[in-house]
Amino acid sequence: MVSILGLRMPRELFRILVAWAVVSAIGIPAVWFLLGPHLPPGTMSNSAADQQFDNTVLAVCVVPVAAFLAIYFPYCLVRFRHRGTTFEDGPPLKGDGRVMVAWIAGTSALVLFLAGWGSWELFPGEHGAGGGQGPDPLQIATPANAAGALQVQVIGQQWQWTYRYPQYGFETDQLVLPQGQLVEFHVTSLDVIHSFWAIQLGVKADAVPGSDNVAFTQPGRVGSFQVRCAELCGIWHGHMFTEGRVVTQSDFQSWVGQQKRTLAPASGSLPPYAPSYYPTPLTRGG
Amino acid sequence: MSRAMRLALVAVATAAAGVLVGFYIVAFLMATPPTVNSAQTSPGQARITLQTVAAIGFGAHPDWVSYLVQDPQGRWVHSTILRVPAHSLVHVTIYQYDTASGLRNPFYSQVRGTVGGIMYLNGKATRAIKPDDPGHTFAIPDLGLSVPLQGVPDDAKNQCEAAPCSTSQAHNTIEFTFRTGAPGSYRWQCFVPCAAGFVFGNGGPMQTMGYMDGFLEVQ
Repeated sequence: MVSILGLRMPRELFRILVAWAVVSAIGIPAVWFLLGPHLPPGTMSNSAADQQFDNTVLAVCVVPVAAFLAIYFPYCLVRFRHRGTTFEDGPPLKGDGRVMVAWIAGTSALVLFLAGWGSWELFPGEHGAGGGQGPDPLQIATPANAAGALQVQVIGQQWQWTYRYPQYGFETDQLVLPQGQLVEFHVTSLDVIHSFWAIQLGVKADAVPGSDNVAFTQPGRVGSFQVRCAELCGIWHGHMFTEGRVVTQSDFQSWVGQQKRTLAPASGSLPPYAPSYYPTPLTRGG
Repeated sequence: MSRAMRLALVAVATAAAGVLVGFYIVAFLMATPPTVNSAQTSPGQARITLQTVAAIGFGAHPDWVSYLVQDPQGRWVHSTILRVPAHSLVHVTIYQYDTASGLRNPFYSQVRGTVGGIMYLNGKATRAIKPDDPGHTFAIPDLGLSVPLQGVPDDAKNQCEAAPCSTSQAHNTIEFTFRTGAPGSYRWQCFVPCAAGFVFGNGGPMQTMGYMDGFLEVQ
């Protein structure tokens, strides 16, 4: 037995705890500082950065648990392996109340922390994950500067995303966003359920016929990002992806002008802007 | 019957059922329409000729709406897999024999991605048609190509009942040219919910290769 701070424990457990403490002390800062900045979805937008922070916290929580398992089992396999040629029962196992209390308390604290942390981070707002809170969210979904947000309606249909810019009066198959401006996505569908996933922006919102699913994001860096459908939606589901762009404000205005000119023949035929559409009639064809 | 015989019978029946299921799955996965070459008109240029019909009239789904493609020998082939040269101009002629279903999204009423941003509808240069008028579209999203195909009026005389249709029957002729890029497989589809009898008009032929979905094999 070993006595540490008045706490007596078996020598084996002491060794395991020491190794665990060392690996955790190295692993936690390594994950936080080295792995964390490279975790998806990156930091292209504020919502993406929020999610990367969440993923980093979760990864840090995993380190001590994984370290304990990675040390405990190999140690036991080696230290307590069977020796000799005769097979006989080992000594009977006895429960240890302190170990059970420590195990239950530790795992409960971790699970409760993760549940609380996850719930808090799911709430929209400054600390929220930024994706698909619905048209009338329960919590404070609207950022402070929402009045000046760029409205982009994301319309899913089998099998292409189109994007309506109601403030500029056109719809296009290109998703281009201005750097630094808050964007308010309104995600809907014209046929079946799709899921709009702008990966590097950290936005994922279901596209449901008749529903308006709202998500905010603020792109912080010029570049490209992937858009995919994250809901199995038919034969070309796997092809339902495009590449969006974040551009400077001046490039965005140039792009808007070009789109308005190019898409003028169709823009006049667009229905009045509505937060959502419903496929009517239910059956077509013939 | 002895216990051993019964066991043997069950084993044989199970194996036979497994083989049948396997054959069905393999046949389903292998049932790919033939690839049809475009007609080369000159170096760097090719021609595709298609027709759309309200009912294919034969095969497993004779009442399904479908595209057909003309092979270089002039025969109509029930396929939607088209092979065209890379970095070329492709001249497309589509004989549209089906009536209008209308678009669910009017965005697709505009011609996009063609040379000049136009199509020729019965010889007349056109940039867009009314959203209720298309019977189908010919669209290759990855190339930014989308062309609405004006439907034949419901009251048109001499409508085609089953494929292949002939130009002596009621139809609209749509012609356009687009440019291919790098080699690859580009899926194409119709954006009009034209599958009669299916919820939202998007089942059946809209979800089946060889009818309203296909590949443009750029080589």
